[in-house]
Amino acid sequence: MSYITKSPWVIHYDASSCNGCDIEVLAALCPGYDVERFGIINTGNPKHADIFLVTGSVNEQNIGVIKEIYEQMVEPKVVVACGVCACSAGIFHDCYNVIGGVDQAIPVDVYAPGCAVRPEAIIDAVVAGLGVLDEKAQALKAQNKAQKKGA
Amino acid sequence: MGKASVIPFGPQHPVLPEPLHLDLVVEDETVIEAIPQIGFVHRGLEKLVETRDFNQFIYVAERICGICAFGHSLGYAETVEQLMQVEVPKRAEYLRVIWHEMSRIHSHLLWMGLAADAFGFESLFMHCWRLRERVLDLFEATTGGRVILSVVKVGGVARDITDDMFRKIQDTLNGIKGEYGQICKTFLNDYSVKNRTVGVGVIDEEAARSQCMVGPFARASNVNNDIRIFGNGAYGELDGFEPILDTQGDCYARVKVRALEVLQSIEIVNELIGKIPAGEVAVEMKGAPADGAEAASVLEQPRGECYYYARGNGTKYLERMRMRTPTSQNIAGMTTALAGCDLADVNMIVLTIDPCISCTER
Repeated sequence: MSYITKSPWVIHYDASSCNGCDIEVLAALCPGYDVERFGIINTGNPKHADIFLVTGSVNEQNIGVIKEIYEQMVEPKVVVACGVCACSAGIFHDCYNVIGGVDQAIPVDVYAPGCAVRPEAIIDAVVAGLGVLDEKAQALKAQNKAQKKGA
Repeated sequence: MGKASVIPFGPQHPVLPEPLHLDLVVEDETVIEAIPQIGFVHRGLEKLVETRDFNQFIYVAERICGICAFGHSLGYAETVEQLMQVEVPKRAEYLRVIWHEMSRIHSHLLWMGLAADAFGFESLFMHCWRLRERVLDLFEATTGGRVILSVVKVGGVARDITDDMFRKIQDTLNGIKGEYGQICKTFLNDYSVKNRTVGVGVIDEEAARSQCMVGPFARASNVNNDIRIFGNGAYGELDGFEPILDTQGDCYARVKVRALEVLQSIEIVNELIGKIPAGEVAVEMKGAPADGAEAASVLEQPRGECYYYARGNGTKYLERMRMRTPTSQNIAGMTTALAGCDLADVNMIVLTIDPCISCTER
């Protein structure tokens, strides 16, 4: 991808991460990596967000919160699993209070592995997510068109 | 007074990088009571000690928390060394303290950024994190990791630092000082910052003691509880160590204590680099902890005193590993500070205890 058509806004939620990936998500937004210069902004409101960055694995307590945030986001939306805990529960996979990666709760579009995930990997994943976002937007458009024709 | 109503705060909230839920009972704009609820990050990693041997568990201990990662691996290693009665080489002790103080600098800069974000000073947030990146670059150059360093091992450290690298560390940290001074000036003198922090969330010394508060949160209320004063490890080699205290006990005092601690940590790193002895950096660990052997140790983490306990059972696997982390101590103080505050000040007060939920819940 040589250019980006949109500046996606991201929302971040710490499922049961150790903070390592969370501070790397923030570090990617801050000077040093500075993705904010492309207009990628961290928002606290799910309704404003295009990309959902989840860190950490899923447990009984937070599975509802993750689903709730995902459902509140408006289509088209993309989920990025940041860090190996979000991908597959990583080092904590056999802990008694861990169900598994984020894909146990919601559909995940892009996986960004690493412990802790490096900001470069997050940026890569978000760029890949932009491609998915474009595809989803096109599909949504075609679907709306078809519906209008039918009606 | 109006009718009391409940406002939920979190677990997903823009000001919180971590999930913490508070039920705020408010009357008009005043918070009467804050009821915390935790458990969103609990993984149960203390139980992993039964299936990972004592050398492997250090990597799990490190992942208790990504911000105090180095501190947890250090605390765990010190406890297990005590359990097996192993003496660590002097150079390793120095290296450990140098890295630990550097992680304090990174943790406090991170916190100052988040605090600036909490009172809506976005550019100050960015400047703090810009300086923090330089410390992370030093971590990457000396250990290979930015956040999870994996450099402590039971019996010493995994890597040595060369003299060239020491010079680079000193140059970088001393180079930060000027820019950091400007940030401090904004934090401590800017009137819009003072508006949000002075007199907010006051806790007096008596309350701080009775709530068993730890770390900079307690030191801002004039409770001298810095564990570094005991001189564990290379802290004993320092020419006098004076904890930084403040008497006001409000948000401003907590910002001030942390702001000055960054400069103090830079001094400690400089002093230890000047004194570090040559020699080995690790000893080989043989055998296993004896059956029924017990050990405990304390460590001053960026957020306060952290207590570690371990018990052996004669095999390579520990019987029990337990940590009592600073935030679990400070939650009681936080709810006290929240009672009676303005609704708009809640995020500032929650942040000034520097909550680390993944430490608390493990």
